[in-house]
Amino acid sequence: MTNHWIDIKNSDCILIMGSNAAENHPISFKYVTEAQQKGAQLISVDPRFTRTSAKADIYAPMRSGTDIAILGGMLKYIIDNKLYFEEYVANYTNAAFIVGKDFKFKDGLFSGYDPKTKTYDKSKWAFEMDKNGVPKMDRSLKHSRCVFQLLKKHYSRYNTKLVSEISGTPEALLLEIYKTYGATGAKGKAGTIMYAMGWTQHTVGTQNIRTMAMIQLLLGNMGVAGGGVNALRGESNVQGSTDHCLLWHIWPGYLKTPRASNVSLEAYNKKWTPKSNDPLSANWWQNYPKYSVSMLKSFFGERAAANNDFGYDWLPKVDDGKHYSWLDLFDEMYKGTIKGFFAWGQNPACSGAHAGKNREAMKNLDWMVNVNIFDNETGSFWRGPGMRPSSIKTEVFFLPAAVSVEKEGSITNSGRWMQWRYQGPKPLGNSLPDGQIIMELGERIKTEYAKGGEFVEPILNLKWDYLTNREYDPHKVAKEINGYFLKDVTVRGKSFKKGTLVPSFAYLLADGSTSSGNWLYCNSYTEKGNMAARRSQKDAVTGIGLYPQFSWCWPVNRRIIYNRASVDLKGKPWDRKDPVIYWTGDKWIGDVPDGGWPPLLTEDGKPNPKSKHAFIMRKHGHAQIFGPGRADGPFPEHYEPMECPVEKNYMSATYTNPTAPTYGTKADIYKTCDPRYPYVGTTYRVVEHWQTGVMTRNQPWLLEMQPQVFVEISEQLARLKSIKNGERVLATSARGKLECTAIVTKRMQPLQVAGTTIHQVGFPWCYGWRLPVTGKEESANLLTPSTGDPNTRIPETKAFMVNVIKL
Amino acid sequence: MSKSFFIDTTLCTACRGCQVACKQWHALPAEETENRGTYQNPADLSFDTYKLVRMREQVIDGKLRWLFFPDQCRHCLEGPCQDVAGEPSAIYTSESTGAVIYTANTRQLDAAEIIEACPYNIPRKGADGTLAKCDMCNDRVENGLQPACVKVCPTGAMNFGERDDMLALAQSRLTEVKKKFPKAMILDPDDVRTIYMVGFEPNLYHESAVASAAHFGITRQAALRRMFRPFRNIASQLS
Repeated sequence: MTNHWIDIKNSDCILIMGSNAAENHPISFKYVTEAQQKGAQLISVDPRFTRTSAKADIYAPMRSGTDIAILGGMLKYIIDNKLYFEEYVANYTNAAFIVGKDFKFKDGLFSGYDPKTKTYDKSKWAFEMDKNGVPKMDRSLKHSRCVFQLLKKHYSRYNTKLVSEISGTPEALLLEIYKTYGATGAKGKAGTIMYAMGWTQHTVGTQNIRTMAMIQLLLGNMGVAGGGVNALRGESNVQGSTDHCLLWHIWPGYLKTPRASNVSLEAYNKKWTPKSNDPLSANWWQNYPKYSVSMLKSFFGERAAANNDFGYDWLPKVDDGKHYSWLDLFDEMYKGTIKGFFAWGQNPACSGAHAGKNREAMKNLDWMVNVNIFDNETGSFWRGPGMRPSSIKTEVFFLPAAVSVEKEGSITNSGRWMQWRYQGPKPLGNSLPDGQIIMELGERIKTEYAKGGEFVEPILNLKWDYLTNREYDPHKVAKEINGYFLKDVTVRGKSFKKGTLVPSFAYLLADGSTSSGNWLYCNSYTEKGNMAARRSQKDAVTGIGLYPQFSWCWPVNRRIIYNRASVDLKGKPWDRKDPVIYWTGDKWIGDVPDGGWPPLLTEDGKPNPKSKHAFIMRKHGHAQIFGPGRADGPFPEHYEPMECPVEKNYMSATYTNPTAPTYGTKADIYKTCDPRYPYVGTTYRVVEHWQTGVMTRNQPWLLEMQPQVFVEISEQLARLKSIKNGERVLATSARGKLECTAIVTKRMQPLQVAGTTIHQVGFPWCYGWRLPVTGKEESANLLTPSTGDPNTRIPETKAFMVNVIKL
Repeated sequence: MSKSFFIDTTLCTACRGCQVACKQWHALPAEETENRGTYQNPADLSFDTYKLVRMREQVIDGKLRWLFFPDQCRHCLEGPCQDVAGEPSAIYTSESTGAVIYTANTRQLDAAEIIEACPYNIPRKGADGTLAKCDMCNDRVENGLQPACVKVCPTGAMNFGERDDMLALAQSRLTEVKKKFPKAMILDPDDVRTIYMVGFEPNLYHESAVASAAHFGITRQAALRRMFRPFRNIASQLS
């Protein structure tokens, strides 16, 4: 979330699309309700009428996988009806930037596409630079190649009639939504988006979110109270684990995993440190080497020195152009190239797209270590449905883990709040906290490597001193993440003693005199104490619910990021009622500002050379309506899901995302417009279960409420297939089958798509054969395909084709 | 001193936190259930389920509505069940809170008669004949805590407090809610300590959302029958 949970209450219009917050983030409705009681409109757009829709002022159905069409239509509506916040757009976004002549868009493809590699040459999308190397701009937004004009042209095709034909959402509802949400473009008004996996789990997942970010920028909704782009995370600490490099392509704090071509620390830092020639651009990532070196110092301690590139060579490099994401790992495991596997707090036999392929892949492992609080379908895959245990050689080790309340440490919630938790009960039986398991594992591995072997340096040099009295010490880790001064130094005019904690990342250095396990968390545990453990309920002076001394929030306790865009060029808040920050004439008041520089204009309206552009994390200081860094194009474009019910893309000649990955094993079957799989399928969670249900299916009260896997189908489809409410049916896709209970409901409606009737059905994915004990309630991911987004490789489990028949 | 619930169904998201919290606080076992083509589960209140979020899909004025009704005992001001039982050791009203409490002695009552007496179809009979229902978390309330169902509610649908405060809250919410739901109403506020507000016709949520006249008729008859059965004092029978 760019904003945070409490801030939802400040919104004037809440769009819930790509998520079902009432069911999957029930506490969020405390703040949604508060906003509604103050007059906010709530819009729910979903293939299915959900418990969120039940509370909405406007509900619109849609065909799963057509979000960009719907949102592209909103972009067009906002531009056509001049609902955009022009002052904001011209000054804070790259709408004014002039794009180079090489940028083209034709037949659904952007310039630079190479069909052989299914990739784009992004240099074709570059901005035009002036003689100083600063992007050329036209703040009047009139230049024919400025981003704003290109945007207008790109989305001119997205008229409501066509959008309705593609999405199945009635035109009248589209217009009502566009008008209602578009009204937040007025100065002082804020609209917010609450999205989750309903947007990300598509072959166009990243671009779904980009489209909304562009809407938010046009309406001036970024940085303001009640606005932002708000990802509702699916687990209490997903934000934290992502910040600390859950994903293969990032190091802690969103540093880049080095490529093989980054042959030295210097080459690595040069490659990933952006350069701006604009004196008004803070270009915060220019500090990149300070963060990368401080991280290496944290990893390798005294072994990391300038003369050995601070141990850069000891860290693994990924091959250029190769992907190592979830889908790729299981593909390699299926092909037999991966021999060992840690399933840590996960259940890929049920959670991963194409679960059947994943389960087959596990047979190829020599060993698996399953770390969990319960056994699950992954650890027991070898005795699952259709498996012959005698023919499976995989050795499975189960390590019982302590549950969250049995251990001390922090979680970082969706709103980026790092909250310290104390230990409740002691871990049960021989279960251990994850930290203890990792520490002991590390020590054993070190012992083995000390005996010799190939390339032992990374393991032997790893600093591994987070135990106190032989027990994992979360405080030591939290301090390590924050970082220390490793010698007496003076930084920015302040002197610091060796061994003290760094007060914030502004004091990190690239010469090895500071450490920080994650620069983004530098400021979280300082000489003043553990910031995440704070529990003051006092609000900031602006009174908008920031509660700055309750827990701690990255970066540097800034509760609403991009907040410099919440004020006009002189530092006056657009919204006088709910100001995030404001300039008093010599300082900022309110939230921690996005950089302490003075506003762009002085009180008498003159440009202030000491100022910086509002979006300090962007190279050029402006938010990106034109996003030339994405794999699939600088503007989001509607493409059909990899499996879809229409024979062509009604928006362009390019059918599916031309950069989306597919896989080639015999298990990877994709069937589009196949009469054997005529219905659009989608998956989701329910409030009663959590993820694959490993925790909740073990909980009788929750199983009592949602005892069986089900498929929700419309009354019309039920009639067509002679299916009665509550009876067991069989759902099939090109990859697998699932027996489930039919819920025949008005909440599912057939849609009119391109002149034909399209039926959609939906499945919760929270079941697996181990529980309930009947063994009949299986994972809906047996149906889903291995394809996904080209930027993140998140799987497309939200739109695929199925059939449903009577048993 | 009398406490009341105010349940604003217009704010209920059917997250069912209340339903689980109730089971947790009362250490009630889970029932064996199956999916019957609806999210609502268990199917009904039972000896082991005091609180149930009823869920109904209704098309009202051409628009689909999913109506949620967190059903529970109304803790009537003059409880017909208590009148019919006429046995304070089995059914009594807590002086400190107003909770209508069923004890183990309900086993000695004519269960069918008590169940029939309830205008809201709440009490349920256990295997041994004991009756059970919501007890307002009287143990929690007497110790200054909120009922478990109220404690967990994220949206403000479940409220609990002094009766006057709850009535005032109900009135102020009604005024507000009527702007969006002109047919909104408060259900039987003069008779019960569990005061519901609904946005549409109460029968669309649940047939026993409001007390029916027929029910009160039955209750009166039952009360009359009891009057002709003197000396039916369980305490004396037990001693």
